[in-house]
Amino acid sequence: MKNSSRRGFMGKAFGAVAGVGAVASLYAMKKTWDPLPSVKAAGFTTLDMSAYKENELVTEKWRGKPIFVLKQTAEMVKKAQANPKDMDRLIKVGDAHFMVCVGLCTHLGCIPGYNPDEQSFLCACHGGMYDFTAEVTKAPPPRGLDIPPFKIDGMKLVLGEEGPEYKKMLESGTTLKV
Amino acid sequence: MAHFTKATSLHDWLNQRLAIDTLRRVLATEYWIPKNINFLWAMGMVLAITFGLLLVSGIFLLMYYQPNVDLAFDSVNYTIMQEVGYGWLWRHIHGVAASVVFLIIYIHMFTGIYYGSYKKGREMIWISGMLLFVAFSAEAFSGYMLPWGQMSYWAGMVITNLFAGGSLHADGLVEWIRGDYVPAQAFLNRFFMLHVLLIPLAILGLIGLHFGALRIPHVNNQDGEEIDFDAEAKKYLAGDKAHSKVIRFANDFMSKDMMVVGIYLIFFFYLVFYHYDFAMDPVNFDPADGLKTPAHIYPEWYFLWSYEILRPFSTDVGLIAFAFAQVIFFLLPFLDKSPNAVPASRRGLFKYWFWAMLIDMIILTAMGKVPPEGVFSTIGLYAALTFIGLWIILPFITKFEKKV
Repeated sequence: MKNSSRRGFMGKAFGAVAGVGAVASLYAMKKTWDPLPSVKAAGFTTLDMSAYKENELVTEKWRGKPIFVLKQTAEMVKKAQANPKDMDRLIKVGDAHFMVCVGLCTHLGCIPGYNPDEQSFLCACHGGMYDFTAEVTKAPPPRGLDIPPFKIDGMKLVLGEEGPEYKKMLESGTTLKV
Repeated sequence: MAHFTKATSLHDWLNQRLAIDTLRRVLATEYWIPKNINFLWAMGMVLAITFGLLLVSGIFLLMYYQPNVDLAFDSVNYTIMQEVGYGWLWRHIHGVAASVVFLIIYIHMFTGIYYGSYKKGREMIWISGMLLFVAFSAEAFSGYMLPWGQMSYWAGMVITNLFAGGSLHADGLVEWIRGDYVPAQAFLNRFFMLHVLLIPLAILGLIGLHFGALRIPHVNNQDGEEIDFDAEAKKYLAGDKAHSKVIRFANDFMSKDMMVVGIYLIFFFYLVFYHYDFAMDPVNFDPADGLKTPAHIYPEWYFLWSYEILRPFSTDVGLIAFAFAQVIFFLLPFLDKSPNAVPASRRGLFKYWFWAMLIDMIILTAMGKVPPEGVFSTIGLYAALTFIGLWIILPFITKFEKKV
């Protein structure tokens, strides 16, 4: 009896030591798989918004992801104004309106292609479609293309920093955090 | 300490220390296999040999492959394919075997389903086999990343995005798995590690479990007959080989097994030398480019059926259907409520269930390959619904099955 309770105590003591060790190792393993600080630090891109042409899609790069920039024509802005949800997605820099978003389909991450004549995006992988503000118009994508965190700085746009306009978009649910 | 005597031979020396005679008896000469089987019972050995081919060719590829986003593509397509003597041979063996191994796995699985080899004590054989299927799938996917071509990159992007869980938006989890915002150096390095160390280790362990699970219930036979292996073995050892229902695993059964393996290897090397291209997607001969998606992204043929179950639905429903398809085969021994462990042909409605499932999976595979447009989307949708429906009705049709 005395022996077995002693053995029981040793068993529990070992269990405690092993448990602490296991949790600590799992924590270290989890942290080892995290993105490196250098990867995270390289996450800013500055765009000069005066260089873009109307209704011409330009693909920039931010955090390794393609970023779509589409300067809106006056006619597109008019169309967007009819639908407040579309208008919320546009970013005003100077006097011009821009659609800036991550060019990865919100379904499974393929890159949709832009058709300037129809002013719409089509994702070839699973047939999803978006309008000129990158709002979804045909499933399977569950939502419009995500808008990256941005800060307006004169005629420049800094991607990766969260300005007040971006925070407003987050609050209103216009975009999700990327 | 045990008592050792002066050895009379090398065999005796080893036998005293490692009991090699006992080992041989237990593992080979007195491991009993039913006589009433056919060539489909050789698929296990065919798989073991194919795994061996993957291992050996992999070792040689490993000597020149560079797990670096700038070097990986050239180390495969230039160094291994053009500079290394017979490098093309190892790559083509590796690529063809990776594809063919799934064909044999599916034949092996459907043989088990047809003959009811997943019940009456054989449940752990089925479950360990399904774990092997999952491990092989992970091995195939991680290996597909390594040449770092366009299909590698975009398959990596799409598959890791599945872990965001649709509306759960677990983007943090996806970035954690990748070690970056997109598949990049950290991603390639860790999938390289998984492909050459961790998953092969798991596969080796699971193969041990799979063989171990076979030990007590023994191999099934063509009629699902319950054989008294001890009695039959006694008959065999007493010299009545003609009336015994069993034979030795080695060399008797093995000799037949290796006959099938021989025919298989001729077919296999025919593919390696003359038709290796079926296992090499042309799109993957373009280097990875994160700013350009290929026109159509589709997985290798062996994943198409589950991919097609994901595709026709909206994201969340698709993910749930996909998850269902990934785990449901594990539950087969428990969803089949009939006690009959006989060929499907004698099992009433289950016969139709078996063939319907097989044909449905072939249709799903074919639809997964074509672009998701027009009539193909519709056929794909109905085939996916049929797949789910077949699993839902399985417990009911087997519950009312007549006992044979």
